[in-house]
Amino acid sequence: MNLTTLLAGAALALGLAGAAAAEPTKVGFVYVGPIGDGGWSYEHNQGRLAVEEHFGDAVETIYQENVPEGADAERVLTQMALSGADLIFTTSFGYMDPTINVAKKFPNVKFEHATGYKRAENVSTYSARFYEGRAVQGTIAGRMTKSNIVGYIASFPIPEVVRGINSAYIHARKVNPDVQFKVIWAYTWFDPAKEADAAQALIEQGADVILQHTDSSAPQAAAEKAGGVITFGQASDMAEYAPLPRVSSIIDNWAPYYIARTQAVIDGTWASVDTWDGIGPGMVKIGEISSAVPEEVKAEALALKDAIASGAYHPFTGPLNKQDGTPWLAEGEVADDGTLAGMNFYVEGLTGDIPQ
Amino acid sequence: MIRLEKRPAPSRFWAGLTPVLAVLATMAAGAVLFAALGKDPVEAIRTIFWDPLFHESFAAYSRPQLMVKAGPLILIAIGLSLGFRAGIWNIGAEGQYIMGAICGAGAGLALYPSESFLLFPLMVAAGALGGWGWAMIPAVLKTRFGTNEILVSLMLVYVAENILASVSSGLLRNPEGMGFPGSRNLQQWAAAANPELIANTGMHWGVVTAFVAVIFAYVLLNRHMLGFQIRLTGQSPRAARFAGVDPARLILICLGLSGALAGAAGLFEVAGPAGQISIDFGSGYGFTAIIVAFLGRLHPVGILLAGLLMALTYIGGELAQLMLGLPSAAIQLFQGMLLFFLLAMDMSANYRVRIGKPEVA
Repeated sequence: MNLTTLLAGAALALGLAGAAAAEPTKVGFVYVGPIGDGGWSYEHNQGRLAVEEHFGDAVETIYQENVPEGADAERVLTQMALSGADLIFTTSFGYMDPTINVAKKFPNVKFEHATGYKRAENVSTYSARFYEGRAVQGTIAGRMTKSNIVGYIASFPIPEVVRGINSAYIHARKVNPDVQFKVIWAYTWFDPAKEADAAQALIEQGADVILQHTDSSAPQAAAEKAGGVITFGQASDMAEYAPLPRVSSIIDNWAPYYIARTQAVIDGTWASVDTWDGIGPGMVKIGEISSAVPEEVKAEALALKDAIASGAYHPFTGPLNKQDGTPWLAEGEVADDGTLAGMNFYVEGLTGDIPQ
Repeated sequence: MIRLEKRPAPSRFWAGLTPVLAVLATMAAGAVLFAALGKDPVEAIRTIFWDPLFHESFAAYSRPQLMVKAGPLILIAIGLSLGFRAGIWNIGAEGQYIMGAICGAGAGLALYPSESFLLFPLMVAAGALGGWGWAMIPAVLKTRFGTNEILVSLMLVYVAENILASVSSGLLRNPEGMGFPGSRNLQQWAAAANPELIANTGMHWGVVTAFVAVIFAYVLLNRHMLGFQIRLTGQSPRAARFAGVDPARLILICLGLSGALAGAAGLFEVAGPAGQISIDFGSGYGFTAIIVAFLGRLHPVGILLAGLLMALTYIGGELAQLMLGLPSAAIQLFQGMLLFFLLAMDMSANYRVRIGKPEVA
């Protein structure tokens, strides 16, 4: 071997090492809806954009939208891992088993699954305590309704949704003992036509406040058309419907979490964790309470928000009974996370059944 | 003067050529679309049609995935094509697919945690029976009361979707699933699972069945009395009646067969790639199979190729989203154009262009 080839080899090796160091960290996102849904997937994508902005050239992001939950998700995740992603966020509950399956095949890729409960060495889970926001929403709804009928567009009968209904109802009843909730199960996260129909049906049944756990702004449009009905932005601010019908909103703020987890991968400190953050750490934000809400109601809602943020108050504090009248929480007792995570019952006072 | 003249008989030459032309036209129009979105059109087309088969880091995974994606499409489309040839329009394969999955998975889950080797065959039978039963509703309503099978079978899709939502969060819900909807994962239960038969080939029992169905349908249509009756009824219902074809019997057979195949496809999917009954289990295979059936000219071999091509656009489309950041709507548009151009090109098979004055008949 002569000197030239040796030098060339060394130069090549150096070049490769340099390239490897400059190789950006690749972060993938899988969305259940289109990024233009104005709600759930939109906010996750805002989180992705924040990651891009924060890290600049050090991080490359990829995403795929409209990925059905089930067999297709597994293929999309595998292709993402094959394309060299270092960290993948799977942002819907239905990706749980596919995420676990693919994570097994790619032990060096880190996965983060939103709203699920299955973890592994390289799979973390994360979710937000949306029920804290629901408590604030319920307070405003209870104060604002004149017909005492609050309509609720629910998506799927899973614990997260049931928790939201319970939390909103508890706090609406606290300020207005006559309040009634009417729940429609839409069986979708995003379907503007179905959501608009559900809103219409609730309005026809006398509801003058519409809460939604679905992601499109179609219910806002339906309420605007009907007039005299107020709504709340879901997942995203939906400020284009302010000050009426949208009087406030629950905003999912994933950016700080996504940036922190990406940083952990870059630093090599990433470990599997279960994160469940609320208003305090800023994962759940309350959108501006509009001028349509009287000052004293706004002050009451903000005081509740601050009490939750500081940890002084927990939205599920006894005395609370289950729907059938059996005691759940004694005076002053606070619900534990395990019960909340698997919540499959209504609290006392709610009518109707959770679909079984 | 240029005008169109109906051919006395559809041109065999054009009938064979139009699917190819439609694919080429879709590529051309797609390239314009992708260019308008600011992407390199050549790279986009290459990513969709070439990379799933030959890309160095993806192909080893996506080639077998073609089989997984094409299997149910081919199986359902074969069943549909028999009816379509006879002018019996089953539009509700999606519903039969869902009901097959529910019945098959339900039969298995009722026997949990059995490890009998008979369990999987039983589930396949229950799945096919479920799809067959769901297809019998429009079939019997049509033969008895003369209802329109297009409407009835289509409407039953929505009924099936609601039954799916109900059993996912009720009857078939995983008792260990912490209250979340969705059944037990069948992939993790050896006796009920429909795994890859040979590693890294994508071949599971559903894909095998799809290939068998292609051969079966080919023999049926070309060598069997029933196949002759199906083709005759499609070409001339009156002649078929004179030839002694019982139309009611043919409706029951065609809808029943397509329902059973769709139901079996549903079971293979739920026990294999999907793994569990969940609210979002129905992913549109039943509707896409209609496109596959027509793209394949209702011919068994054509359907086989069309199913693979359709699967290629799905997987290539996913890669294009991933690699090039194309929006998913652009990919759906691209797939829609394929059917659009096929139907447009069909004109050449049935009409010819004449230049000059019309002749006096």
